Amino acid sequence: MIDAMGRLWRIIKPIRHRLFMGLMVTIAASVVGLMIPQVLGVLVNNLETSPTVATVWFAGGVIVALGLLEAVLMWLRRVFAVGPSTDIERKMRVRFYTWILDMPVAFHNDWGSGQLLSRAQQDVTQIRRWIAFGMIMMVSSAATIVVGLYMMSRSSVLLALIFMVIIFPIVVLTYRFQRDYSVFTRRSQDLNGEISTTVEQSVQGIRVLKAFGRSKQALANFDDDAVALRDNEIRKATTLARFDMFMLALPESMLGLSLLLGLLQVNSGAMNVGQLASFFATATLVVGPTRMVGMLFGQAVQTTTALERYFEVMDAENTIVSPTDPVTIDFDRATGELVMDEVRFRFHDAPEDAPDLFQGVNLHVRPGETMALVGVTGNGKSTLLQLVPRIFDITGGCITIDGVSVHDMDLDDLRRLTAFAFEDTTLFSFSVRDNVLLGVDPELPEEVRDDIAWEALHAADAGFVADLADGIDTHIGEQGFSLSGGQRQRIALARAIAARPALLLLDDPLSALDTKTEERVIAQLREVLDNTTTFIIAHRSSTVALADRVALLDHGKIAAVGTHQELLRTSSRYRYLMASPNQDVEVQS
Amino acid sequence: MSGPGRARGAGSAHYQRMTKEERRASLRLLGSLLNPYTWQLIGLSIVVIVAQLASLAGPAIIAWGIDNGLPALAEGNAIPAIGAAATHILAALVAGGLMYVFIRWNMTLGQTMLYSLRKRLFLHSQRLDMKFHETYASGRTVARQTSDMDALAQLLNSGLDIMVGSVLQMVFTMVLIVSMDAPSGLVMAGLLVPATMLSVWFQKRSSVIYRQIQTNSARLISHFVETVSGIRAVKTYRRQQANGEIYAQLAEDHRQSALRSIHLFGIYQPTLRWLSSITIAAVLVVGGFRVLGGELQVGVLVALVLYARRFFQPIDEIANFYNTFQSAVAALEKISGLLAERPTVTDPKDPVELPEARGEIVFDNVSFRYQDDLPLALQPTSFRVPAGQTVAIVGSTGAGKSTIAKLMARFYDVTEGSITLDGVNIKDLDLETLTNHIVMVTQESYLFSGSVADNMAIGNPQATREEIRAAAKIIGADIFIDQLPEGFDTDVRARGGRMSAGQRQMISFGRAFLADPTVLILDEATSSLDAPTEAIVQEGLEELLGQRTSFIIAHRLSTVMIADRVLVVEDGQIIEDGTPEELISTGGQFSQLHQAWQDSLSHSELPASKQDGESDAR
Repeated sequence: MIDAMGRLWRIIKPIRHRLFMGLMVTIAASVVGLMIPQVLGVLVNNLETSPTVATVWFAGGVIVALGLLEAVLMWLRRVFAVGPSTDIERKMRVRFYTWILDMPVAFHNDWGSGQLLSRAQQDVTQIRRWIAFGMIMMVSSAATIVVGLYMMSRSSVLLALIFMVIIFPIVVLTYRFQRDYSVFTRRSQDLNGEISTTVEQSVQGIRVLKAFGRSKQALANFDDDAVALRDNEIRKATTLARFDMFMLALPESMLGLSLLLGLLQVNSGAMNVGQLASFFATATLVVGPTRMVGMLFGQAVQTTTALERYFEVMDAENTIVSPTDPVTIDFDRATGELVMDEVRFRFHDAPEDAPDLFQGVNLHVRPGETMALVGVTGNGKSTLLQLVPRIFDITGGCITIDGVSVHDMDLDDLRRLTAFAFEDTTLFSFSVRDNVLLGVDPELPEEVRDDIAWEALHAADAGFVADLADGIDTHIGEQGFSLSGGQRQRIALARAIAARPALLLLDDPLSALDTKTEERVIAQLREVLDNTTTFIIAHRSSTVALADRVALLDHGKIAAVGTHQELLRTSSRYRYLMASPNQDVEVQS
Repeated sequence: MSGPGRARGAGSAHYQRMTKEERRASLRLLGSLLNPYTWQLIGLSIVVIVAQLASLAGPAIIAWGIDNGLPALAEGNAIPAIGAAATHILAALVAGGLMYVFIRWNMTLGQTMLYSLRKRLFLHSQRLDMKFHETYASGRTVARQTSDMDALAQLLNSGLDIMVGSVLQMVFTMVLIVSMDAPSGLVMAGLLVPATMLSVWFQKRSSVIYRQIQTNSARLISHFVETVSGIRAVKTYRRQQANGEIYAQLAEDHRQSALRSIHLFGIYQPTLRWLSSITIAAVLVVGGFRVLGGELQVGVLVALVLYARRFFQPIDEIANFYNTFQSAVAALEKISGLLAERPTVTDPKDPVELPEARGEIVFDNVSFRYQDDLPLALQPTSFRVPAGQTVAIVGSTGAGKSTIAKLMARFYDVTEGSITLDGVNIKDLDLETLTNHIVMVTQESYLFSGSVADNMAIGNPQATREEIRAAAKIIGADIFIDQLPEGFDTDVRARGGRMSAGQRQMISFGRAFLADPTVLILDEATSSLDAPTEAIVQEGLEELLGQRTSFIIAHRLSTVMIADRVLVVEDGQIIEDGTPEELISTGGQFSQLHQAWQDSLSHSELPASKQDGESDAR
């Protein structure tokens, strides 16, 4: 908690003067607000003793003026505090975002986008609220209570003391309420999230549910969550009900007691009616800040959690970074020759008793060659490819491109040397053009970039782009929903080709295409890839046909390398896997 | 926060567009929800009215105490003063206690209604047939059950509280003030006009800004999610900096709209506060003159001032409530629209019992069209498949293969003719019995959140871990499942990134093994598998088909060749029917396909277009 608040102090240091001004005007507003009951007290006494028309007008005028002053001061708090604190909020958010983009993919796999998002959104907003509102209100509420008690004591010390008695329980009750209530609120949000997921899946997976007749099970799952949500909401409401009960009964009972004592005191001459009136008016004004203090204790706890959650991510160690002294890369001479030497790898979260995914992979992709990688589903073909641009880092051995270890290259250089097309195609919500030109030098003249884009699109058989609503400038909807899987895949393929890398890495880029399109794309790729070193994961035999040589990945090692024909002759495993079923023809036309 | 907020902005816009008829339909649904609870609602209203009266009594009792208790005290009679204090404390306790009862009761009632509606909607959407699900966008069905329910929850949770609570508070305050001193009441009523105007202005402005915030934050969030879920592409194409700039701009837009909203509130709240001070001043001046004139007692004046402070408190809530109400009515209209949909595939009134089935399937003159205005997707077709036969259905895309499959699984009902299982029309079986006997595995391999094992167990919820493991082993899925961080217990969603289409398909294929139905329909169930994997699955497939009746729709001939019988479908008709060998020898369409297959086999023996020597020479 102290650590978190210490870091908070460093965050707000640049704006501390503005925040201090905000605090000052807020306290001033409270004090001005507390003056109004005093005017009431004076006037009431005046009416009791020596009433004149002038005092009545004067009292009304003073209250209007004080009210205006109070309003202006309240407005000023936001002027001072809100602007700079939202700026801090924005900066924290952007810093968070740029930080996680640099973090390795393994980090993202561990955290998941939902966790990261809630930290960038809710937690950062919570911190800002505390800076702009919580901190200031905490101090100013405390000040209001002190000043209010002083005002009340001027009416009657006894009544002020009675009021003091209830301050403590109100603060404690509010704090505890705030704490319990936020637990229920979080739980409700979680349950709502789970219900949304269940509903979504029950609709999207309707075919499976209907085919297996499992609607009842789905309903049972849903019912569990819905009951949990209902019960949680009721418990949440009970917490609120109990709190509201005390907040109504406690101060008002105290005022009832004060009424009796006050009347007795007025009767005995210890105070006058005006003072009694201003006591009641002041007490009403001070109950609010008392509750506020309790609430803000709860807020402080939540802010601490938010700070911890934020810094938990910001303090994580980045394991995949550029070397301090990277080798200079001559891009004009790069051939993309890839050598894997005794490469070992295991996921950091793999079960301990599981063997390494790769147990010494040796492979040589020669300059300009197209090498296909085959193997059974789930044996790590994609992962092997991703080791090259350091999406994951190898746990043993060495990977070199043109003789330089990928670990000795600047990450930007390494990823300029290589281009990657993934099986699951991520397109961004930009235009098609910007998606295709993602890996192309933005400094190039517009016409050159245009040519590159079209050339790549044609190579990937993505000519359909010209027929889209705005042609190549068509904006791709969120996650590319308006395009079919095959269309998205071809655009992603064009993106990899357009980058004109020395080494092209293709992770089954044709899987979503139908047979005829695939044939066309392969024919075009053969020409385009003629001089580019290419490492491609093959899904179908037709893709293998594109390659100069084939490598078979089996049980964590490269079991065989050679041309398709050679391997059919020499490797029984290859023959078993590749020969019979895949040399197949599609029955549909 | 985001749920109700989203509804708030969009809801009122939708509300404006609704026709009278639609509004009436939504109110009817609301009525039908509330109707069973009429008496509880009346009880709740009484509780909240008494609670409000008790909590408002305070200042009036204080006034009475000052005006009557004090003179009595002076005469040595303490009873009125004690009575006033005791009444004040009693009122406080009653108000507190009743408020507890009200909040709890209100929420319990609201949540009970929501829960039953939630369940009704879920069940209804499950009962609706595939025709509905294939035409109604899934996002809309989901929205009915999530964001629309949120909007309704807002209304049910705060509705009575604000409708009855806050409105009554203002009305009662007004009544009390007028009864204590009519001129002061008039002054307050007069000031209600600017306060109302201010609140209406604020509500209008804020709902506009609110929508901006929603839009901007949705952009910010979707960019964040898009980048983070596409992190590999971001890295390989070195997008960190460029995306960072985009995000910074989006964050700035978001900040600007948030600032506008805060500043708007920063004007509204102090102004309302000032109006309340002006009210106090006005009451004080008017009341002061009346005290001067001897028409009013000082205690009453104090009470009036205390009431004046409270008077404007609920006005913001009431103005806000109108938005909630609009959103809820708009949501109700959409929900009632979904509930009005009727499934066409339903359980029979008197289902035929069929605990065990042999698996004989007969199509008797079956024809089918998807919609009345569309041509027949399946021409009148008759065939008989004896129990235990493996039937391959081949044909080009759109020929009607999947239609035959969907009709057997009763995703759709036949237009004419009948389909029987062991002589019983499948329409006479209840859907549960039918899915016990006939199971279809489709190309789309949908995984539900949960573990790998949970997902396979959809085939048979009673399956033990050993059975699940055995099924995975048969299809060769155990290799990659064991590599996952928690093996069969790995959450498929958390690890979605590492699960390829082929892996997902293998998991969903495993369901069929566990379901162990009498009749199995595989509609392109292995289409996403790569060649080596399919080789392994092929062995498991033969074991799976075993002695049961099965229909395979596949586009790989190797799969088709293991069938006992092939049906060739073209333009919604079966044009060839026989064993693979018969069809090859008779020389029809199937034999052509077979020939093409033979050609490609020999073609593959030719060297690939590039010679090995060439690549070595580079």
